[in-house]
Amino acid sequence: MILSTPARWLLRAAAIGVLTFVYVPLLLVLVNSFSSSATFTWPPPSLTLQWWQVAATNEGLRAAVVTSVEVALLATLIAVVIGTLASMALTRYTFFGQEAVSLLVLLPIALPGIVTGIALNTLFTQALGGLTFFTLVAGHATFCIVIVVNNASARLRRMSGTVEEASTDLGATPWTTWWLVTFPALRGALVAGALLAFALSFDEIIVTTFTAGPGLQTLPLWIFQNLFRPNQSPVVNVAAAVLVVISVLPVYLANRLSGDSAGAATK
Amino acid sequence: MPSVARSVPVTPPQQAGETPAISLRGVRKEFPGGIVAVHDLDLDIAEGEFVTLLGPSGSGKTTVLRLIAGFEQPTAGTVLLRSRDVTAAPPFDRDVHTVFQDYALFPHLSVLRNVEYPLRIAKVPRAERRERALAALATVRLEALGDRSPAALSGGQRQRVALARALVNRPAVLLLDEPLGALDLKLREQMQIELKEIQRTSGITFVFVTHDQDEALTLADRTIVFSEGRVEQAGSAQEVYERPASAFVAGFVGTSNVLAGADARAVLGRDGSWSIRPEKITVTAADHTAPAGWTTAVGVVEELVYTGATTRCVVALEAGGVLSALLLNGGGNDLPTLARGQDVRLSWRPEHEIHLM
Ligand SMILES: Nc1ncnc2c1ncn2[C@@H]1O[C@H](COP(=O)(O)OP(=O)(O)O)[C@@H](O)[C@H]1O
Ligand SMILES: [Mg+2]
Repeated sequence: MILSTPARWLLRAAAIGVLTFVYVPLLLVLVNSFSSSATFTWPPPSLTLQWWQVAATNEGLRAAVVTSVEVALLATLIAVVIGTLASMALTRYTFFGQEAVSLLVLLPIALPGIVTGIALNTLFTQALGGLTFFTLVAGHATFCIVIVVNNASARLRRMSGTVEEASTDLGATPWTTWWLVTFPALRGALVAGALLAFALSFDEIIVTTFTAGPGLQTLPLWIFQNLFRPNQSPVVNVAAAVLVVISVLPVYLANRLSGDSAGAATK
Repeated sequence: MPSVARSVPVTPPQQAGETPAISLRGVRKEFPGGIVAVHDLDLDIAEGEFVTLLGPSGSGKTTVLRLIAGFEQPTAGTVLLRSRDVTAAPPFDRDVHTVFQDYALFPHLSVLRNVEYPLRIAKVPRAERRERALAALATVRLEALGDRSPAALSGGQRQRVALARALVNRPAVLLLDEPLGALDLKLREQMQIELKEIQRTSGITFVFVTHDQDEALTLADRTIVFSEGRVEQAGSAQEVYERPASAFVAGFVGTSNVLAGADARAVLGRDGSWSIRPEKITVTAADHTAPAGWTTAVGVVEELVYTGATTRCVVALEAGGVLSALLLNGGGNDLPTLARGQDVRLSWRPEHEIHLM
């Protein structure tokens, strides 16, 4: 595309503005976690690892990180298994009500988190005897599944169905065909979906609030509760820095992966 | 490779008692929505025969192949492979391999691994697998490209890989669904010759779908002409071309040159529909007398279509009807100065008048 010089400058300025608005606060959080001052001062008087040490020995924070990782891993695992099956059903078979189901599967991503949260909360407390670690995992799985289904279905739709027919034609059972043909083609999309699902689950707070069992704290919940305690502020900065890294890394990897596999598919 | 070319394709005789490679008995296929793709089809294909299914788009050719391969279940009737009833058997339980129209190569496997695939499924040991896959690639002259990804091949090369992959485990039957449709004319003609050669040397039964009449007649021991889910005619190239059984076949295979109704009565003195192939018709000046015993009619040249080796001459007959004559541009024509609007006489031997059902 050829743009006039003023238009180019305008676009450049807008891009810089957006990036500044998003990333400067993030950078501040990261730098602050190394600042020797307990309150926010700019520039930091000096740099120290002191708050990271304090954070590392903070029991509540450590437990919250462990819970977050466990929940994200389990929710992702469930999402990958169910999401793969669902996307196979939606793209490789025709059945009554297929369109409706395909919409229903994707709906949780559009629903406000608070609605999902309240609905699940009602279900879990009224019908299933209360909130536990597993209701939290189930809550997270609802939106993680959407990510996996989306990624996997897109790949399956792009992949010609005759490739699987060719495999059965050459003597492979449907099961062997899945392992030797469908799964290898799907693998990249599944890994990317899993990474995104993990990142989503790791920093989720609304559904978490409504589905976490008593006493359970995820990292975002812990940050939220300690945010307004003045003496905790440097440690909160450390927690936020951890949250940023653990959520951004999978997104970056997923992006790299889908970029690679998309390139391979169109080569 | 046979060094002596056979001058005439041999039609395997349907000997009594010999079990056919494929038998369709009263096979009918209805799709949801009431579309009948195949009507009560009875078809025997002999062991080692090269059969083409010829018909316009939508006539049910692909559906017949998919019924044989097992991708579709017939609504009624039975499918037999070497007299085994496979009507309900899944595709992986049939000794039939298919060359798909879009080739359907596995994108994540190299060319060699693609060709090895059926052997891997059949649990052939690794070393033998490699050897046989390389041999199959050699028959399609691609042994040098084994390490390539299918994405890095041309259309013609992909086509050959698909063929090697379908042949490597020596199925009883090979099904080909318009396999040459995406290739340009030169490549298509070359592949036709190679396919014929491979079929002859391997002895595998080939069922080849095409909508191209020249391709069907060139390749096949027997051509089966389809229209709207029914067999219109089955026979050798010569039979189908020289003795079309219906107006549809006469029109679809070769140029339609039909006199019917009042025209037939006026020109031929007979009732019904009659077909005369254009190359059987001689064109002379209108005042020429036709050889004794030939049918003859005068008319006006409406159109002259020059196509290099031949000229098509379309003549409106005085008695009614239009006939095309095909003239060889051999330099020995009686009428070197044929022009539009000219009066001419057409004549042909009566035995070339084919009665259509
Ligand atoms: N899966 C299907 N569902 C519904 N109709 C189909 C299906 N497959 C083929 N048909 C119909 O059956 C008829 C024959 O199709 P096909 O066998 O593909 O013809 P051909 O290969 O001769 O072009 C067509 O009218 C086509 O629309
Ligand atoms: Mg077809």
